[in-house]
Amino acid sequence: MKKYILSILILVSTISFSQEKLKGMIMDKNGPKNNQGIYGASVHWLTTNVGVTTNEKGWFNIPYKSTYKKLVVSFVGFKTDTIIISSLKPVHHFLRENNTLEEVTIESKKSATQKSYLQSQNLITINSAELLKAACCNLAESFETNPSIDVNFSDALTGTKQIQMLGLTSPYLLITQENIPSIRGASQAFGLSFTPGTWVESIQITKGAGSVVNGYESISGQINAELVKPYTNHRFFANAYASAGGRLEFNTHVNQKVSDKWQTGLYIHGNYRGQKFDKNNDNFLDNPLAKQVNIMNRWQYVDAQKGWVSFINFRYLDDNKQVGQFNFNPDFHKGSSTVWGSEIKTKRFDTSAKLGYVFPDLPFQSMGIQAAYSNHKQDSYFGLSDYNIQHQSFYTNFVFNSIIGDTRNKFKTGVNFTYDKYDEFVKVGLAQDFDRKENSFGAFFEYAYDNADDLSITAGLRIDKHSLLGTFLTPRLHVRYTAWEKGVFRASIGKGRRSANIFAENQQFLASSRQINIDGVGVGDKAYGLNPEVAWNYGVSFLQGYKLFGKKGDVTFDFYRTDFKNQVVVDWENPQEISFYNLNGNSVANSFQLEVNQNIIPYFNTRFSYKHYDVSTDYKSGNLDKALQAKHRFFANVSFETEKKENDAHWKFDVTYNWIGEQRLPNTQTNAIEYRLPELSDSYNLLNMQVTKVFSKKFEIYAGAENITNYKQKNPILGSDDPFGVNFDTTIIYAPVFGRNFYTGLRFKID
Amino acid sequence: MKKIVLVISILLISIATSAQKKKKNAKVFFDVDGVCMMCKSRIEKAALNSKGVKYALWNVKTHQLNLIIDERKIDVSTIQQNIANIGHDTGVFKAPKLAYDNLHGCCKYRDEEVQDDHKKEKK
Repeated sequence: MKKYILSILILVSTISFSQEKLKGMIMDKNGPKNNQGIYGASVHWLTTNVGVTTNEKGWFNIPYKSTYKKLVVSFVGFKTDTIIISSLKPVHHFLRENNTLEEVTIESKKSATQKSYLQSQNLITINSAELLKAACCNLAESFETNPSIDVNFSDALTGTKQIQMLGLTSPYLLITQENIPSIRGASQAFGLSFTPGTWVESIQITKGAGSVVNGYESISGQINAELVKPYTNHRFFANAYASAGGRLEFNTHVNQKVSDKWQTGLYIHGNYRGQKFDKNNDNFLDNPLAKQVNIMNRWQYVDAQKGWVSFINFRYLDDNKQVGQFNFNPDFHKGSSTVWGSEIKTKRFDTSAKLGYVFPDLPFQSMGIQAAYSNHKQDSYFGLSDYNIQHQSFYTNFVFNSIIGDTRNKFKTGVNFTYDKYDEFVKVGLAQDFDRKENSFGAFFEYAYDNADDLSITAGLRIDKHSLLGTFLTPRLHVRYTAWEKGVFRASIGKGRRSANIFAENQQFLASSRQINIDGVGVGDKAYGLNPEVAWNYGVSFLQGYKLFGKKGDVTFDFYRTDFKNQVVVDWENPQEISFYNLNGNSVANSFQLEVNQNIIPYFNTRFSYKHYDVSTDYKSGNLDKALQAKHRFFANVSFETEKKENDAHWKFDVTYNWIGEQRLPNTQTNAIEYRLPELSDSYNLLNMQVTKVFSKKFEIYAGAENITNYKQKNPILGSDDPFGVNFDTTIIYAPVFGRNFYTGLRFKID
Repeated sequence: MKKIVLVISILLISIATSAQKKKKNAKVFFDVDGVCMMCKSRIEKAALNSKGVKYALWNVKTHQLNLIIDERKIDVSTIQQNIANIGHDTGVFKAPKLAYDNLHGCCKYRDEEVQDDHKKEKK
């Protein structure tokens, strides 16, 4: 109807002015309110100087001649589009935002995954829309639709998913929450499953050396999770989830305005799994029994006129897991050698505060201070072994941002201080304490040059004085060069250093009969008597955006190499032992990735990637490829959405496919023949699918299936017939243990 | 009319400030003619290429160029001259014909047709 009125109007106008005009509207595709016009967008006929700008409502009216064919629409911060015009039908066109992301800028509704064309770092932003593609219940599960991060299965017992980047496990990644280092130390193994998926607003993944601002610890990359903000999150949100695997989850968010400048949010998450499954009849639970309560309270303060912003967070977590044999009952069997079982109990308290100030007269100058405290306490036993760790951590950081000369030359400088206190108790046969305190003080300077065109360079240097690692420098360099339109070359190089928390990071070995072997334990005041890990990371990447038959696509190649100067080698090659020792020789991780994103028709997107990893280490027994690491992987994700109706009703379909190649298995040749494994695992396929029906802006339901092909690792627990015997081992996991799983859930929100 | 007021006010400001101590971070603004986003990047670049200009933001709607400059290093008229030299009229300086002719088709802000369309749209 509207269209008819419009065409009549156009007819009237053509008659009255006896000059043909084309009318249309330019809108913001990703604007906070869809269909809102863009004011001041420029519209002109290609190769002419006939142009207009749009009015406050996004409308334009441009003189038309039949020789004019192509209309160019542009607006700052948006991608310029060319529209082919064949008739005087009114034009309704959506502009898409350009990927001009600030380092920590959070945009609520852009395309689900973004690759930056302008950042000097190889940065990928995943926002909440991408997170909804799979009913990811926590941060560990939220990378399943993204090929840059691999999700691995780390142990048969706890079902905890480990993530990897560039062929290296998560301890080599710096994981930050709103730029405060968060999943480290004692929380390394399970920490990712302690952040509920609905709390995550967006995730930034930086491949390769990160920024010096966040510390020296990142080696293969950095993952930053931004949580939902009281100001921008829904006034009320609820999510409920249930799976055939017996997992129930509930999330609720309540955000409340307190005053003009203060806003607060209360976020509650609970999950529960009380049903026992033993589908592979090995007498062990396929999934842990689990209970988690997670509560967060955030306060946000904004005073735009004076330039102050602030966040204050409080968070409490209580997580319990029970694993082991089907009949295990902790009340009767704990500490006895009749039935094998294990309990992992974690309590964690976090608090953090941030204060930022933008100089009102100098928009390019700002400063910020962050402080965070956490107390993480895990009490656990695995059969007859005990593992208890309490980690108290304090972190503070001050950053000052400004320019040198003009806004093309920016810098960040500041200092930070970290304090970590570990009370660690390990009993595997013998009992041993590994208590220690670490503190570090560092200062950094990062210079960024950006000519607002084709070149940007970020160079950073930091110096740290660490109580155990000594005094050392950390250099990092990133360069971006845009050689031609949407053709972006990047290169990076950087050094990283960390002290390994060998038990916290490798807890799965406790659910085996392996003996611990640490070289140099008790020597000096180093953690576990081991030297810190030091590595260089080098990377190059090329990103090309293009249009194929008018549809957008991009292709990325990247190659990264991590070269360890010193590494704490985790050696599983003797099936009766786990050994930790400092690297003597070479340890290298090479990673190559090819990724193609292609839009087929509007709302129909595909993503394909191929990854090749070549990770090898000099063990005492010789140079070997990393165990449980597929050399070849293939990934595909297809997503489709139906057109939105006026009340926002639509359908969403998502399919993710993974092919995981053969993996080398740790050496088991010294075992009795029935406890030996082949040298290589089989390759396998994984297929996940999800359908979402959005009924309105307020309500949606989703249903999905994981591991549709029902691939299960045969015999995931070695020696499951005799869990107190010498061959018991749950660590050699390369594929899902639990088969096909269906789930469903709903989301309800009020703005 | 608006332009005259602006020019006078800028002149007044510059007189007032030159009588005082020269500021390290002075906020100045003046009108620059232009029509599109391509103009925006050209204008801002020209401004930043003038030594002493720290920050430049041109608004395509209002045609106002906001600057933060170090007055000890540069004065406003030099910046205006530099912007005019790359083809954009400022309150005081008119762009040389050669520079103007070199502008991209869509940036020909003096073109009556382009201008007329703008005026229509503005109303």
